[in-house]
Amino acid sequence: MTKKEVQVLKDLLGTNKKIAEDIRTILSQRGILTINLLSSPGAGKTTLLESLSDHLRPDYKMAVIEGDIETERDAERIRAKGVPAWQIITDGACHLEAKMIGKLFSQLPQELDFLFIENVGNLVCPASFDLGETLRLVLLSTPEGDDKPKKYPKAFTTSHGLIITKTDLVPPVLFNIDRAAKEAKEINPNLKVFITSSVTGTGLDDLVNFLLVSLNELRSKNA
Amino acid sequence: MHELSIVANLFELLEEKATEKKARKITRVKLQVGTLSGVVPELLISAFDIYKKDTIADLAELDTEKIPLKVKCRKCKKEMIKDDYVFICEYCGSSDLKTLSGTELLLETIEMEVD
Repeated sequence: MTKKEVQVLKDLLGTNKKIAEDIRTILSQRGILTINLLSSPGAGKTTLLESLSDHLRPDYKMAVIEGDIETERDAERIRAKGVPAWQIITDGACHLEAKMIGKLFSQLPQELDFLFIENVGNLVCPASFDLGETLRLVLLSTPEGDDKPKKYPKAFTTSHGLIITKTDLVPPVLFNIDRAAKEAKEINPNLKVFITSSVTGTGLDDLVNFLLVSLNELRSKNA
Repeated sequence: MHELSIVANLFELLEEKATEKKARKITRVKLQVGTLSGVVPELLISAFDIYKKDTIADLAELDTEKIPLKVKCRKCKKEMIKDDYVFICEYCGSSDLKTLSGTELLLETIEMEVD
């Protein structure tokens, strides 16, 4: 019996990346802009989606995939808005993976403009898993503190946009918007920053514009 | 703790390779883990030790090599290591940097016993 060393050099996330690439190709060809929303629990992802549905509909068709460890609560909130929503219950897993998205493909409406995926609330693990999205947006709510980008760099370096939420709470929580935006842009110079409040409606028009421009870009590329 | 699901993927690769090479045992596994890969090497090792029981790698050790975040400035062409993840060139101040390494999570080599 002999020992030998075999060189492999294979990506451990290769299987997930391959599925994600297939999802991206199929959804892009169908003209659907897919957006993966990342944040810690309670940063306001579901509330933001409720606000976006008020801005985007009825002119645009949206659907939402919700990822949570337990309960259908988020999907129920989205459905109450009249938006089709599917709940993925991960049973303890801290992130969504591309294969979970792939399983829902057959249920997606034929006509769709925006597919939002609300990831499991967690600023660490979801950042490593490509879901086949065209846009990755990370949310940072003001009560979490303005020092988070460098503490959780992967979520910020892999995102296209940063949405600072709950800016109506800036005075009591002493959140420095400029500091957070500057730190995030230091680790990701291409990051677009949106300063929002779903309560007052601040900044939502900018975000909606960005989504519409991104949708047009995707469709002209695939035309 | 997404390291456990990554280790599950690792074992799929290990079993595939062991079958292909007709290995009796896997004795050592080496990974390359970028500092911006989003995983913690120590947690990978703990997950590996939990997962390996009753597998072909039950006595195997997992080695992880940390790969620093290395970037190249597209403007002044200099290369540098970024421990702080700040994507600003320390020579010319440009933020137009290309990542060369440090985001990878690779199965590098498998040491195995064969007949």
